[in-house]
Amino acid sequence: MRLAGRLLLLLGAFLALGGALTAPPALAQREPVLVPAVSQSLIEVRQGFTGARLLLYGAVVDPDSGGRAGDYDIVVVLKGPTAPVRIREKERILGIWANAGSSDFRSVPSFFAVASSRPIEKIVDERTAAIYELGTNFIQLSPSGQIDPEEQARFASGLVELRRRQGLYQENPGGVSIAEKVLYQARIDLPSTVTTGSYTAETFAISRGRVVASATARIEVVKAGLEGQVVTAAQRWSFLYGLGAILLSLGMGWLAGRLFART
Amino acid sequence: MDVYLPIANLSVNGLYIVLLGGLTGILSGLFGVGGGFLTTPLLIFYGIPPTVAAASAATQVTGASVSGVLAHSRRKGVDYRMGAVLVMGGMIGALIGAVLFSALQSLGQIDVVISILYVLLLGSIGTLMMREAVSALRPGMFGKGPQVRKRRHHPLVASLPYRWRFYASGLYISPLAPLILGMLVGILTMLMGVGGGFLLVPAMLYILGMSGNVVVGTSLFQILFVTMVTTMTHALTTKAVDLVLAALLLLGSVLGAQFGTQIALKARPELLRLALATLVILIALRMLYGLGVQPDEIYTVVPL
Repeated sequence: MRLAGRLLLLLGAFLALGGALTAPPALAQREPVLVPAVSQSLIEVRQGFTGARLLLYGAVVDPDSGGRAGDYDIVVVLKGPTAPVRIREKERILGIWANAGSSDFRSVPSFFAVASSRPIEKIVDERTAAIYELGTNFIQLSPSGQIDPEEQARFASGLVELRRRQGLYQENPGGVSIAEKVLYQARIDLPSTVTTGSYTAETFAISRGRVVASATARIEVVKAGLEGQVVTAAQRWSFLYGLGAILLSLGMGWLAGRLFART
Repeated sequence: MDVYLPIANLSVNGLYIVLLGGLTGILSGLFGVGGGFLTTPLLIFYGIPPTVAAASAATQVTGASVSGVLAHSRRKGVDYRMGAVLVMGGMIGALIGAVLFSALQSLGQIDVVISILYVLLLGSIGTLMMREAVSALRPGMFGKGPQVRKRRHHPLVASLPYRWRFYASGLYISPLAPLILGMLVGILTMLMGVGGGFLLVPAMLYILGMSGNVVVGTSLFQILFVTMVTTMTHALTTKAVDLVLAALLLLGSVLGAQFGTQIALKARPELLRLALATLVILIALRMLYGLGVQPDEIYTVVPL
């Protein structure tokens, strides 16, 4: 599977190269071509799942120089499915820590990881980073409701900090390695708490503070096997599922009682 | 041993969960408490979402109490008539509890209410039980001299109308008293994910004045039915019952419950009550500490 991916990637790179060589030389400088690949496009969450390591790799080819694309940096952003959430903030009220304020956000990704070949601030300026969401500070959370921006920023950074500690939001400067200025490879670790759904991996080739090429790949995270069936049953056949849970507990309790009564 | 919990959405060490189930199982066999008051907080400390912890703990308590009920009924330790009245009350209470739960949840105050309830209930019951047990073990400590507590019910219970005879409990009281008691326990079962045995057992002894040898069995009988209703309510509304988590907890607790019942037959009841009182007070103190100290996470995320 992985070998096939690599072969496909090399073939892609070769074709791009070949295309560049045979095409008539253009006057203007053309953009480099990004050829991406993912180690797994389907992650199955089944029994014993403790997380997954995703490899995103590929090549950057410059049509003009006919090979190496010169100096560039690679940034990979992996984003999980988004959902609207409410963030609550605890405060000390009468000596007790209780929820006080809250703020709503419409599109909060369940997972967000950025891997780059160098620290982001050395690759692009803040404006570009904000446009392409290159960093956990730049996630577009779409706040809703009427709360002043300062408070919203506090809630947003609280959310990012919380998810970062849970391993769901990651920043990994140096998580991308570039070989021979052509081949790159990024590693992103998914914890066992990942939500299922459609993930998008965006790869950016950046040169002199400018995004020169980008590509998107899709990764599906699904619950499979018995785990998938349990979730489906709990959602679709709630009554039977509840009945099953009750029967399981009654049966196990009864069995243990019988076994011990005999001895 | 890594086990992935499909509803809780995370991977845990299965051995820890089985051991935790075993611990609560021993408690349930020993004292007639479901052990939910220990399972739910410990599961939450372990990182399992609170709703999943409460829902799955209810399922586990069912299993732990069925073997307990069987063991106690073999030695005629269950008052079925009293149990039926308590169960009726418990079901009404569980429904009221479900409404309260969702109201508090939308206000964002469910966690704090649960913690305060734990501190108040466990703290006061633990202290009462501790005093009882200590004075029984060391007569004269409180200057009262050796005292034989005359078993009788609370005057309020005696004032209620329509008396029934509860033969096994040795009582002639109004069924309204156990009905209301069962209802209160039912509300707590839904709110706190506990069986309510820690509340039911002392209430049966000191408020209803039931005969000591049927208290544990009857309490388990009530818990058995109320937790079944709670499991179903959770399965239908919150969809938070994790079968894998429940199965692991069950495995430990059904075995533990048998050991607990064996120990209960041999140990001195005063010592057992002292041990339970200590445990209950410790958990109350831990919850109180949690309320007063700045939590690790100031922010919480809830889906809209």
